[in-house]
Amino acid sequence: MRYLYYPGCSAESTGMAYDISTRALMEKLGVELVELDDWNCCGATSYFSVRELDSFAIAARNLAIAQQQGDEDLCVICNACYTTLAKTNRYMADSPHVREQVQGALKAVGRRYDGTKPVRHIMDVLVNDVGLEAISEKVARRLTGIKVAPYYGCQYSRPIGSFDDTEDPQTMDRFFEALGADVLTDFPAKLKCCGGMMMLTNATGAVRLCHEILKSAEDLGADVIVAACPLCEMNLEGYQPNVNKAYGTHFHIPVMYFTQLAGLALGIDPKQLAIDKQVVSCAPVLAAIPA
Amino acid sequence: MPAGEKIKICQQCGTCTGSCPTSSMMDYGPREVIAAFRAGMIDKVVKSNTIWLCTSCYSCTVRCPAGIKITDLMYELKRLGIKYDLLPKDTRNPAMTRYFIDNVLKYGRNHEVGLMARFMLAKDWSMPFNFAGLGIKLFTSGRLPLLPKQIRGKEEIAKMTAYLDAQEAKLQ
Ligand code: SF4
Ligand code: SF4
Repeated sequence: MRYLYYPGCSAESTGMAYDISTRALMEKLGVELVELDDWNCCGATSYFSVRELDSFAIAARNLAIAQQQGDEDLCVICNACYTTLAKTNRYMADSPHVREQVQGALKAVGRRYDGTKPVRHIMDVLVNDVGLEAISEKVARRLTGIKVAPYYGCQYSRPIGSFDDTEDPQTMDRFFEALGADVLTDFPAKLKCCGGMMMLTNATGAVRLCHEILKSAEDLGADVIVAACPLCEMNLEGYQPNVNKAYGTHFHIPVMYFTQLAGLALGIDPKQLAIDKQVVSCAPVLAAIPA
Repeated sequence: MPAGEKIKICQQCGTCTGSCPTSSMMDYGPREVIAAFRAGMIDKVVKSNTIWLCTSCYSCTVRCPAGIKITDLMYELKRLGIKYDLLPKDTRNPAMTRYFIDNVLKYGRNHEVGLMARFMLAKDWSMPFNFAGLGIKLFTSGRLPLLPKQIRGKEEIAKMTAYLDAQEAKLQ
């Protein structure tokens, strides 16, 4: 199994543990990831705020490179990158104007893209291509008794909804059940917005949103929150002190990239999963996983 | 905006506002934004804090019974605000957007440290204090590299946007 791989900008800084643990996990599962050559920022939500077509063209440069580089699907780890790239395909297909303009912009830099490169979220690849049975067979340390709060975040299945439901996604629940975890399947905040980039521009508002999510996880007795997006992970983990200050709470809940916790279940060394890079110590989780 | 004409069939049901995580902080909820848009009172909405509190969560878009892409409309209004300089006084979001884009134009990728530093210096002196504890932890664990990564094809980004600028000028 082989995929082209788009790490995204966060993978080079705050979200580097997501990238590191993804590579380790996929290697363990025998999935080859070939990094997309000279990929650029997907444009995220910011470019949409300037000109819609700019954002599609910038995202499409990556898709054009992918098409040229190989026949494999493009695997993406960040929810926001995933949505931006998949949305570009969708809009290129739905709107002749978008398609024409984007192709024109690409042509201006000597590139071509026909709009058909499949963009796949890593969870989609794991659940639907690798398969839960195959993953379950490789488990070295079952996550028995670990209460996992699966936090999907907004742009996991919204607005595209190609591999999971937009209102009630389940893939992450099924994935961690396959690893033997005690998944909090009724985690009501699993889709609530963490505030995203708003953490930097309107911290009060974003802290309020994070408070709701953290409280919901704590009320259910979560041992760990798992995230599938660098922005969600950063907001939920890094701003717990700010939430505590604003709301008089005492949150100290480990937050991990889902690939990190999955890697532990597959017996990968915590160092190879960059678990020491987490802001809130994951030691209690590590200690609780049965040997 | 693809499928923008659908705004006409909004039923004013309020599903969007009810689904919006930030509507309680907004001057006008998404439903009111649609109403104002149709009534030609766009400037009032553009100048409000509403559109800059939209986090692009897409809850409204996936739930709207009329199939209106409300998130895209919010982006459209952000664009109008930036273009015609109709910005609410206290919002810092447009500056962040601008810096993000400068970053991508310059390097081809977003350099988070550079982005945050510029934002703090220009817009928010209190941020270094709020951010201090976390920043130190991120830095010592290597999660905040100081140097930006650059792509080989970084001129392509500017060339593509210049092409689209020219196309837009042609249409007007
Ligand atoms: S959900 Fe759709 S139809 Fe209902 S008020 Fe909002 S935009 Fe209008
Ligand atoms: S996309 Fe924006 S307007 Fe729509 S529900 Fe989310 S925050 Fe509210």
